[in-house]
Amino acid sequence: MQFGPLVAVATLALALVVSAEAKTVKVGIVATFSGNGAELGQQIERGYELYLRLHVRDIAPHTIEIVKRDSKRPDGAEAKNAVLELIAREKVDVLAGFVFSPDAMSSAPLATQGKVPMIIMNAGTAWIPKLSPYIARVSFSMWQAGYVMGEYAAEKMGHKTAIIGVTDYPPGKDSADAFRLGFESKGGKIVDQMPIGGPAEVPDFTPYFQRVKDAKPNAFYVFVPSGNHATAVVKTYANLGMRAAGIELIGPGDITPDSSLQEMGDGAVGLIVVHHYSADYDTPENKAFVKAWKDSYGANSTPDFMGVQGYDGMAAIMHAVKKLDGNMDGDKVMDALKGWKFASPRGPIMINPDTRDIIQNEYVHKIIKDGARLKVSVISKVDQVKDQCIELKVGRCGQ
Amino acid sequence: MLSAAVSILFDGLAYAMILFIIAVGLSITMGMMNFVNLAHGVFAAAGGYATVTMMRAWELPFLAALPMAFLIVGATSVIFERLLYAPLYRRSELDQVLMTIGFVFMAIGAFTYVWGPNPLGIELPPYLRGQVDLGFRSFPTYRLFMIGIGFAMILALWLTFERTLLGARIRAAVDNRRMAQSLGINVGRLFTLTFAVGSGLAAVGGGLAVELIGLRPIFAIQNLVLFLIVVSVGGLGSIRGAFLAALLLGIIDTAGKYVWPAGGGFFIYAVTVAVLLSKPEGLYGKRD
Amino acid sequence: MASGTSAAATGGEKAPPTLGQKGWDWAEALPWLVLVGALFTFPGYLALGCQVIVMIIFALSLDLVLGYAGIITLGHAALFGTGAYAAGMLSAHGGWNEPITGLLFAGAVAGLVGFASGWFLLRYRGLTLLMLTLATAILLQELANTLALYTGGFDGLLGIAIDPLLGRFDNDLFRQNYYVYGLCVLFVLFLVVRRIVTSPFGQSLVGIRENVQRMNAIGAPVHGRLVAVYTIAAAIAGIAGGLFAQMHAFVTLQVMGFQLSGAVLIAVILGGAGRLYGAFIGATIYVILEDQLAKLSPEFWEFGVGLVLVATVMFARRGLFGVAEDIARLGKRRS
Repeated sequence: MQFGPLVAVATLALALVVSAEAKTVKVGIVATFSGNGAELGQQIERGYELYLRLHVRDIAPHTIEIVKRDSKRPDGAEAKNAVLELIAREKVDVLAGFVFSPDAMSSAPLATQGKVPMIIMNAGTAWIPKLSPYIARVSFSMWQAGYVMGEYAAEKMGHKTAIIGVTDYPPGKDSADAFRLGFESKGGKIVDQMPIGGPAEVPDFTPYFQRVKDAKPNAFYVFVPSGNHATAVVKTYANLGMRAAGIELIGPGDITPDSSLQEMGDGAVGLIVVHHYSADYDTPENKAFVKAWKDSYGANSTPDFMGVQGYDGMAAIMHAVKKLDGNMDGDKVMDALKGWKFASPRGPIMINPDTRDIIQNEYVHKIIKDGARLKVSVISKVDQVKDQCIELKVGRCGQ
Repeated sequence: MLSAAVSILFDGLAYAMILFIIAVGLSITMGMMNFVNLAHGVFAAAGGYATVTMMRAWELPFLAALPMAFLIVGATSVIFERLLYAPLYRRSELDQVLMTIGFVFMAIGAFTYVWGPNPLGIELPPYLRGQVDLGFRSFPTYRLFMIGIGFAMILALWLTFERTLLGARIRAAVDNRRMAQSLGINVGRLFTLTFAVGSGLAAVGGGLAVELIGLRPIFAIQNLVLFLIVVSVGGLGSIRGAFLAALLLGIIDTAGKYVWPAGGGFFIYAVTVAVLLSKPEGLYGKRD
Repeated sequence: MASGTSAAATGGEKAPPTLGQKGWDWAEALPWLVLVGALFTFPGYLALGCQVIVMIIFALSLDLVLGYAGIITLGHAALFGTGAYAAGMLSAHGGWNEPITGLLFAGAVAGLVGFASGWFLLRYRGLTLLMLTLATAILLQELANTLALYTGGFDGLLGIAIDPLLGRFDNDLFRQNYYVYGLCVLFVLFLVVRRIVTSPFGQSLVGIRENVQRMNAIGAPVHGRLVAVYTIAAAIAGIAGGLFAQMHAFVTLQVMGFQLSGAVLIAVILGGAGRLYGAFIGATIYVILEDQLAKLSPEFWEFGVGLVLVATVMFARRGLFGVAEDIARLGKRRS
């Protein structure tokens, strides 16, 4: 069930039995389905497809038609071309997806020009929602986890010194700034900050980590894109024996995504990260979600935060369809989304009516071993976190 | 300070071994046939996937999976060599570029189809995990293991190259293909054999690299530039050159990232430009 | 390897240059009719058409150095990217938003970079040159990343606000105006390139490609001529990049990337190197093929693209334009 056509057929079949005034809402999805980031696109697709399948009856008599486009290279141009085509030729009612930040940034002016709502399902650079009044973000801002992690590391974990290592691109810088502000606000001290390679290829992380090991801070805060980078980070940390040397690896949950947690081996045990989702959350909403996911995509597939972002994004879109009875005028959709609340598998979420950005809980994860399996255990949480970058008006967020 | 220098040398050496193991086959085949092969990384990626699959599906131990990857990928590569490479030996470099890039694209699609887009990893056996304490400093066990394998391979290659008839024939073919041919050496068959061994070595390198940098379908294109750099800096068709280049680039890359993380990526390319500007044929390349 | 380059451009066998000193052939009208016709037959596909046109200009530039002068490069995107950043930053930071002068500026900056790098690099040939151009392009890309404060780095350069063309035509959602704009730029540049390759200067380039030693022996200023053609090609690539930046009002590091260098190389070889119109065919087919296959299968389209490339090498010896030539020749023989 991983292919769009099947859903299209299902919705079509449904469309045939309902009344004549039923509307077909066209949703254009732009995400990385191939190449660098293909694993992220797959999670998002499985997420939105799952919600659509489970809840397609809620919006009856209306139906949703998905038009899927690959954003290929993260150069912004490919995504923009796709968006252009989706707006001008396919005449979609809503745009969604956007894995890498440049893809969202380059496309934002088109959403404004065409008055088409754009649901961001990943791209986490803090100030993206400021680029167009037609953007709503259901994923996260880099600042949410980073800031909370900074406060928690200094206050609750008792770390005095930390070194920051982030992938050399804007989400990395966002994450570093957020952690620094949070950590320093509780009396911690950042002794060094360094870029650790680029987002495209996974470097040999050893030289960077060796440098940190020799500097002996209490904590090493790392952000890398989830996926292949993350696995390499945790393995390098383990192989260098940094825990035994008294250095604790911390970061946003991007470094321990559920989808590749089992690939990381025992080196991951004991890691503490802050994030907005894990498949191991013990809530009724999440248990039902994970079960439905595994029923659809097989026991070996695990939803991670990307998957839940796709799921929630489709929930937002279908909320608007239902509320507006299928009349998807761009401005009205945005009004319907502002202040939207949802009991997501990650806990209660809401679209901030002022910034159109997400407000959500941030959880402190500890990785533990449960039999042969690695598992996330929630040891603390902070309710309804807003984006501190916007709240504190840092840099571009304040403009 | 001294301790930092030791770890840079050590880590750089381990990194260099992977570069060498993957790139040496490319160097020899390119030297022998002047064939511009941009698809060598496909065999490294295939080796990675073979290793992961054997360890998971057949529960083969890591140390058994690596030689199996060598055999499987080496043997399979012959099919591709006969089917895709052989018809292009006398064709232009541009045709070879187009074909091999096309081959890389096809491989990416095929890998995604079979193994999915998610990154895969392996679980190392317990004796390769953790640290070994050598008194003054402790080193990651897996890196020591890589260095060991690297030196064993260099020794084996050197012995084959310098001490056997096969090696003599290969050297003759690299030096002067036409002359070798007129002396009765079947260069075509020799090339097929070299290609298979080179691909097998790449597969071992790919299997070793999984733990270090992970494995995704785009492995072949992500690391293509790196392999080409090792080959061209070392000089085509030279084992010694490929080894020196891998050593130079591995250590400089490691040192650069350790000392100056912000500019670390620069060094490897700057060194490449510097070497090629002063020695266009590479460190040990043949002149013509 | 160094000696191998002489055969590089022509597919191993001597192919007569299709455009000699003679005048225009009626067949040359065909691609232009197609490009203009697309404006009326495919009005919904002009955004894709814009991509095609940028790629054709870029491929023309590469064909000039690769197909005619035999300079094999894997770093051509560095020049495209330089132009893109020049045009983008002129608007975003300089506040100069007039498009046509912006393009000229992009061409000039890229030409300058081409001249400076060509002066050093064009003493080398073959694989060495391939690797040098590749490494230089990556170094430039790293530089652009380091200067993220000005270039926008990985996330891209925001704030490009191009004025309407000639003060009247803006960048509409259907990209109609920009398609016409791109087509005009392409036509002007094509005239320039065509003039070059049919001139004595162009003929001497082919001479260098076929046999450097002989050209050196007869006292031709080989290095100077190569640098000259490389500079011109760099300016054209820069204009293509500038056009790209103006169309998308956005530039990221990818414009200097290895993948783009590879893509344009593929386009030129696919169409047939050293044949001007080969760039038209190759770029058009490559862009449309990628677009259509990615729609058919967003996950596995690369397999299809790869298959077409491999099949082209195996069955169409001198690129797709070579196939077209063969068909034309066959047609002439029959009549």
